[in-house]
Amino acid sequence: MEMLVKFLVAAIGAGTPLLFGTVGEILNEKVGHLNLGVEGMMAIGACAGFMGGYMSDNLFVALLCAFLAGVLAALVYAVLTVTFMANQNVAGLTMTIFGVGLSNFVGVYMVSHSENSTLKLPAQISKQLQNIHIPVLSDIPVLGELLFSYNVFVYLAIVIAAVCGVYLYRSKTGLNVQAIGENPAAADAASIPVTRWKYINLLLGGGICGLGGAYCGMIINGGVWISNSVNGLGWIAVALVIFAAWKPHMAILGSFLFGALRVLKYYKVGFMVGMPDAFFDMLPFLITALVLIGTSMRGVKGTHIPAFLGNNYFREER
Amino acid sequence: MEQQQSAIRCSGITKTFGSVVANDGIELEVRYGEILALLGENGSGKTTLMNMISGIYHPDEGQIYVDDTPVSIASPMDAQNLGIGMIHQHFKLVEVFSAMENIVLGTPGKLPSKRELRAQVRQLSLEYGLEIDPEKPVYEMSVSEKQTVEILKVLYRGAKILILDEPTAVLTPQETEKLFAILRQMRAQGCAVIIITHKLGEVLSISDRVTILRKGRTISTVQTSQMDAASLTEQMVGRSVSLSIRRPEPKNVQTILQVVDLTVQKPDGSIGLDDVSFTIRSGEILGVAGIAGSGQKELCETIAGLLPAKEGAVLYHKENILNKTPEQIIDLGISMSFVPEDRLGMGLVASMGMTDNMLLKSYRNGKGPFVNRAPARELAKKLVEKLSIVTPGVETPVRLMSGGNVQKVLLGREIESQPNLLITAYPVRGLDIHSSYTIYDLLNEQKEKGVAVVFIGEDLDVLLELCDRIMVLCHGKVTGIVDAASTTKEQIGLMMTGEMNQQEKEEQ
Amino acid sequence: MTTSSNMSHEPLFHVVKHQERSAVQVLLLRLVAVVCSILAGGVFIWAIGYNPFAVYGTILEGAFRSEMAIQATVKFTIPMCICALAVTLAFKMKFWNVGGEGQLIVGAIFASYFALFCADWNHWVLVVVMLVAGAVGGGLWGLLAAGFKVKFGTNETLLTLMLNYIALHIVSYLQAGPWRDPGANGFSKIARFAKNVALDKVLGVHFGWIIMLVLVAAVWVYLKYTKQGYEISVVGESQDTARYAGIHVKRVILRTMFLSGAIAGIAGACQVAGSDMTLSMGVAGGVGFTGIIIAWLCQLNPGMILVVSFLFGVLEKGSSVVQSTFGLSSDCADVLQGIILFFILGSEFFVRYSFVFRHKKGGAR
Repeated sequence: MEMLVKFLVAAIGAGTPLLFGTVGEILNEKVGHLNLGVEGMMAIGACAGFMGGYMSDNLFVALLCAFLAGVLAALVYAVLTVTFMANQNVAGLTMTIFGVGLSNFVGVYMVSHSENSTLKLPAQISKQLQNIHIPVLSDIPVLGELLFSYNVFVYLAIVIAAVCGVYLYRSKTGLNVQAIGENPAAADAASIPVTRWKYINLLLGGGICGLGGAYCGMIINGGVWISNSVNGLGWIAVALVIFAAWKPHMAILGSFLFGALRVLKYYKVGFMVGMPDAFFDMLPFLITALVLIGTSMRGVKGTHIPAFLGNNYFREER
Repeated sequence: MEQQQSAIRCSGITKTFGSVVANDGIELEVRYGEILALLGENGSGKTTLMNMISGIYHPDEGQIYVDDTPVSIASPMDAQNLGIGMIHQHFKLVEVFSAMENIVLGTPGKLPSKRELRAQVRQLSLEYGLEIDPEKPVYEMSVSEKQTVEILKVLYRGAKILILDEPTAVLTPQETEKLFAILRQMRAQGCAVIIITHKLGEVLSISDRVTILRKGRTISTVQTSQMDAASLTEQMVGRSVSLSIRRPEPKNVQTILQVVDLTVQKPDGSIGLDDVSFTIRSGEILGVAGIAGSGQKELCETIAGLLPAKEGAVLYHKENILNKTPEQIIDLGISMSFVPEDRLGMGLVASMGMTDNMLLKSYRNGKGPFVNRAPARELAKKLVEKLSIVTPGVETPVRLMSGGNVQKVLLGREIESQPNLLITAYPVRGLDIHSSYTIYDLLNEQKEKGVAVVFIGEDLDVLLELCDRIMVLCHGKVTGIVDAASTTKEQIGLMMTGEMNQQEKEEQ
Repeated sequence: MTTSSNMSHEPLFHVVKHQERSAVQVLLLRLVAVVCSILAGGVFIWAIGYNPFAVYGTILEGAFRSEMAIQATVKFTIPMCICALAVTLAFKMKFWNVGGEGQLIVGAIFASYFALFCADWNHWVLVVVMLVAGAVGGGLWGLLAAGFKVKFGTNETLLTLMLNYIALHIVSYLQAGPWRDPGANGFSKIARFAKNVALDKVLGVHFGWIIMLVLVAAVWVYLKYTKQGYEISVVGESQDTARYAGIHVKRVILRTMFLSGAIAGIAGACQVAGSDMTLSMGVAGGVGFTGIIIAWLCQLNPGMILVVSFLFGVLEKGSSVVQSTFGLSSDCADVLQGIILFFILGSEFFVRYSFVFRHKKGGAR
């Protein structure tokens, strides 16, 4: 029992960066942009968040840095794909290569300029990053640990996902935004400012990915900077969008499920004990691949994939 | 009612696309309480002009006035704010949304509750006599239902100036009449209506005035009552043309293919063709009429062997050719050619030159792993000369060529393979009158050579004049196979919607 | 222009399409983009407090300063070039194979099997078997993605990506488990291959570079002059057209993806047997992705791919020298590659479109 609770708690923690990435990518895909740069934007966010926190010793500044860095990276992608109508696949992949490279490069640069060749977050922010203890609630046995024992990122991610869900599926703006992903020409003819909303969604999505990156940079390695902290999570996030059927609230579920897969190797029971660690490391990717295949087998109808996904829109196309 | 107040006035509008001048100093005016027809051939710049009024394009030069005030329409939102609504030829609807979601899309204000919205849409439909189920998703709608949604969309925004781009192209004669009644009602309510068309009969029946465009220029604006079909044509084409299409008497008619109880599924699993039987005969042109998406595509592709049939057979001398490979079919003595509807997306490779496009069906010829391009190049050159195709060279990508020339390349290639069955799907769509007549002549030439020609068409006037027999499809079923010379447009229209079923007994 | 009566702001500019530019103009455009990206990279280097001229100079000098340096540059070039050729086949078909990385790894695993367990074979037999095994391994890995694509329409981009990581973790499994070198003092790693395994050196570099040149020519001929190459172009342009022409689309996709993966697999075999002399998690090291960038930069032209791969080799080798000279991470090669591609992607726009600014009305012509 105790182990199960620990496992679930760990799963939710491990799923949190995925949730940021997935929600960010949903915002992208809803306006028709298949952004393969999530990994890169998260890497940039990781670096910016960590360095912001390292220098300011303030969590809010760190989060702001991560968000803005994600926005900036997304701006590059948005300018290229929205205004310059560049191929989305290539622009996204380039963002990933560039982002991961930049993140590691800056990291190495900072490490080499630090005093003892390691970067560790200072005391105050480390404290702010610890799990929040809510009086009374956190003390409830089992439930308290399960629901109220997390760091700020977990709650932030869930709130962002919920807000995005309402935004996309419960508001007029959301309806308009969905129309852009389905048929931008129709949206345009219905006097929806297509370009503006594409930019807004892409930038917002980038910012959210940046926050997810900040989790990777600051939490995963316990407050010490290590290169490649995102390490493929961005790609899983892209795939999770399909699993979540483009719905942010489904993304919450999906992310925590995949979080569970990521931590499973530390909680092996029964038949799992003899299995090699490498298999468990592979598991999230393997399951993602199986989910991809599974969703494609289910057929065309009934999915919420935006019809215009991956294509750029040019109003005067004839 | 302010009968004669100017709604829109265009002055000296010019728009170029690359080196193509689509609009060249256009002058046009429409007033409240009138219906103006904008008449011109395909490619004369009608749609371009209207797209500038509705904010899709930006004019390079010239000025647009709305209510006699100079305006700049930079986006569809500006157009909407000015009370201009456009109903595009290719509907701009979100397929997965319901009718009412499409209607409310992009309008200012908060999202009304479903119940409110439903009531609003009901109210509006009652007002104009338009019937629609507000909750029906667009992908389940028929063409005319989609058009109704488009009209409601414009009305919901309170547009006073309506622009309809070729609204009748996809409608039956009866649906067209209904649409015209709605337009007349709008005129009576003081709206200004512009209807774009190239059909003379419609111009004469609905419009008060008509503006004629030719090659991107305004030729004239006249009172419709003072014109007739011949004078309109002369202005539209620039010279007097005989509008009749030649129909040589069929000679030596023999059944070459017999289609029996053919049932075909679309790739998404729905029924494309439902128990279809008819004969294809050499030396005649068989027309196929029907509302868009009634099974025409499936019919062509199944006979051409691109789509598997669920049931039924296509018999050649009692031998079913459906499950045979192209080689086996040729061995039987049938050589089939198919000119698909989507010329650049299916019949040709858009980014390749003429030479490589000639190879499309013959690249397998010859032994060894390498492609032999020499004969294809020869063929391309021969076609350029024979059909006077305008292109910078046989290696220029075909997508850079004009629509008429693209069709000549495609049809030319198919005819060069010496078929005895030629299936053409909408071969004159988007072509100007001159090119269209070239195509009709080519088809007649083939017919006289004894080829069996199948002509899928949308313009009923053309079908009735060109074809010998016409088969009408409705929801994948045959609702009539009639003699073209003794049938009226209205009868075909009724068969297209299934209100009349005149399937004659197949003569064996 | 006259004042407008409506409230909305006129956009600063709008985009117009114009006639496609000539080949010379396009080339010029690309050159401008490359120059811009070098400038932008320079600004970046300057911003973190280094002299861009010194860094760029070091990159060039580092890549060419000695015979050894040039040999190292070529060694960097080989896998990138071969991977770029591999994805070129798939991209020509508009099949977004971003799994070059994984296909290379699986190729490397297959080749490593023979390197580890058949090291006593006749040298040339072994070398040929390793290369063939690499090709088969990579090909099968590519075929896997293609199979699901044609059967169920699975998104090939994401699937090939996942297969990259799955392949990587297979290596991690092998080095921790069955192929672990017992003599490595508890480290999880695979033993160094025997001398007999090594690809022979020609002009100081393992003969992978000859394979690379052969592949450049082969891919060029295959795409341009063969029936199968023609089929790939048609399928890439429009599957409907391919169907219309009687091309067996699924077969073409499967065949092409096998070839694409096989070429990447050969790169993997060359890496383990020519360069690394062992199999490790870093066997691909991102060249699968760099290959995609190169292929795209070169518009899938094999000749250009050779040239650009070499330039990227210079960048990689140079960056490693920058690392040792300035203490800057060799990740700067990735950053610079990214910047270059961003600019090229942006410049592509001007081939077909241009901006017209509002204040000069009628500027389209």
